[in-house]
Amino acid sequence: MTDLLQQSTSLWNVSMFIVAAVVLLLVVLFFVTYAIYFERKVIGWMQLRTGPNRVGPLGLLQTVVDVTKLLLKEDTRPKDADKALYALAPVLAYAPAFAVLAVMPFSETIQFADLGIGVLYYMALSSITVLGVITAGWASNNKYSLIGGMRSAAQMISYEVPLVMSVLGVILMTGSMNLREIVEAQRDIWNVIPQILGFCVFIVAAQAELNRTPFDLPEAESELVAGYHVEYSGFRFAMFMLAEYVYMFGMGSLVTILFLGGWLAPFGLDFLPIPGIVWFILKFLLYVFFQFWIRATMPRFRADQLLPFAWKGLLPIALVNILITAVVISFQNGTL
Amino acid sequence: MSMNLDMISLNSEFSEGTGLRTEEMLLNVGPQHPSTHGVFRLVVKIDGETIKESLPVIGYLHRGTEKLAEGLNYTQIIPYTDRMDYLSAMTNNYVICHAVETMMGIQIPERADFLRVIVMEMNRIASHLVWWGTYLLDIGAMSPFLFAFRDREMILELFNELCGARLTYNYMRIGGVKWDAPPGWIEKVKEFVKHLKKEIENYHALVTGNEIFINRLQGIGKFDAKTAIDYSLSGVMLRSTGVKWDLRKDEPYSVYNRFEFDVPTATEGDCLARYQLRMAEIEQSLRILEQALGQFPEEGEIMGKVPKVIRPPQGETFVRIESPRGEIGCYIASNGKDKPWRMKFRRPSFNNLQILPKLLKGENISNMVAILGSIDIVLGEVDA
Repeated sequence: MTDLLQQSTSLWNVSMFIVAAVVLLLVVLFFVTYAIYFERKVIGWMQLRTGPNRVGPLGLLQTVVDVTKLLLKEDTRPKDADKALYALAPVLAYAPAFAVLAVMPFSETIQFADLGIGVLYYMALSSITVLGVITAGWASNNKYSLIGGMRSAAQMISYEVPLVMSVLGVILMTGSMNLREIVEAQRDIWNVIPQILGFCVFIVAAQAELNRTPFDLPEAESELVAGYHVEYSGFRFAMFMLAEYVYMFGMGSLVTILFLGGWLAPFGLDFLPIPGIVWFILKFLLYVFFQFWIRATMPRFRADQLLPFAWKGLLPIALVNILITAVVISFQNGTL
Repeated sequence: MSMNLDMISLNSEFSEGTGLRTEEMLLNVGPQHPSTHGVFRLVVKIDGETIKESLPVIGYLHRGTEKLAEGLNYTQIIPYTDRMDYLSAMTNNYVICHAVETMMGIQIPERADFLRVIVMEMNRIASHLVWWGTYLLDIGAMSPFLFAFRDREMILELFNELCGARLTYNYMRIGGVKWDAPPGWIEKVKEFVKHLKKEIENYHALVTGNEIFINRLQGIGKFDAKTAIDYSLSGVMLRSTGVKWDLRKDEPYSVYNRFEFDVPTATEGDCLARYQLRMAEIEQSLRILEQALGQFPEEGEIMGKVPKVIRPPQGETFVRIESPRGEIGCYIASNGKDKPWRMKFRRPSFNNLQILPKLLKGENISNMVAILGSIDIVLGEVDA
């Protein structure tokens, strides 16, 4: 795949890129479809229900039907909404969610773009989504969505700081922002062990970035009905919903790559003839399951406790983590 | 003092420093909102996310129970009371029967009294379980709701077996109860008590110690005992401020004086205290149930000696009992006929709701649902 990038532009490699992009899109959509199914099933089991089981065998087609329904629905728009922004917001939220996947090395061979600054690329693009969310909240011209939009802006921007800070430890250890190199550097020991502090901060901040329980304030159903997307329906709503799950895909991949050793086999099992992508998917599913588990267990944070938690709780821990990592690395290098 | 929407005025401020104009806005919460527990409507004036003022609007479920009662004879009124506090219909049944029985001096057979206490305590547990589940739903946790409803379902099944209804029981009659316990029913209730005792521990393990949960509720919606009494609050709302007042203990009715149980109180007067009290009350109700089931008379009548047509003597009476939400009272003015001349219910949800605007002032919007939920209102009862 990366060889294509080196070649001069031709019909062949441009069409290859388009095919590859469509394939990635389909893979992601497939994942999203079944992540939603999986979520509903898992939470169903945790809550003494069976989850979807009507459409298709074992309800496997439920999400397909749901999404189709959303796509076929009438496109409604509140009368006083800001037309242009109202239409733009879902795209703003949705496009970066997909774009971040380009740099993910799913295995040694499957990667679409091998950027030197992969981590930075992810962080930079994912912060565009908050624009979509706040635009949606503003453009809907609804008080609930406005409050939801404001909350998400505050939340997502605040939690980005500890998120990035917690990754710095990993970058210090690897000496690179390239995701592929970060995975390769974990041959001996996964980053989750030496970077346990960073990992904990990352997991919590990621939860907030994804707007998922216990940080699902922007769409706090019991207070704000549905938050920023309260006025959205049909395919525009589907875009917000898909963006959320695609981000889960992205964040799951990122956690796997940064802390869980990417496609590397655990416990010295690399003699087994199992392709790296399988390990990747397993670790990734572990994270996704963790998300659902949290969702079934936790109550929601309160808006005014949310920001102090990021600034006074997570950020200092992340900074301490950077300090410790830096000291240890200098010690090892003999520079201290 | 009457309040209406026109009385709320919105301020806007212009800050010279930033050049920004800020505005207060009206947010209409309900009557179709997931956290107003029915058709309650709250108009709040907010500045950012801070509530400046709030105005509860009620009456969307008003059916005129008290007026309707004037055209019905006493037995016919009982099913109407089911529809007031529909989460605890048994206590409503009891309060009207108790009022008429007090007026006419009817003796209740022991077995009927025990059946009444058993179903009332079961209903109290069921009501608290619904509260627990929906409150956690308000706070943002989804699973407890389904666990609570699983256990409540068992109570409803038992009620279904006893009187053929799951929600509006119409079980009690003036002078006793309509149906005797079917064979094996008492054993099933005993099984249920054992089951719930175990489950309560799981409930605590899942929710009570959760840091997020405690942080959300501690110190929220706080008031003191004097305020509570001034606002005529009762039930958990009153007991959470340290006032030990439970009619089952202080003015025992039915056979409550035969059982040993505690009246849990707290002194904090905040949402967390109310949460803890309701959980403790479930445990106390289980204690009462255990004793009542143990002392349950083997056999006996379930209806006392009651005249064919119920005509309370001329005069008036007021009785009150402890419902899961507080003191529910029934006032009857009779002119000696088979229909009441005037009937009035003191509905604890309605009285407890009155303190809401005071509690909401200056709070954050996310505390709004926590405070409203902790009052534990049932709209059928607020609006009657």
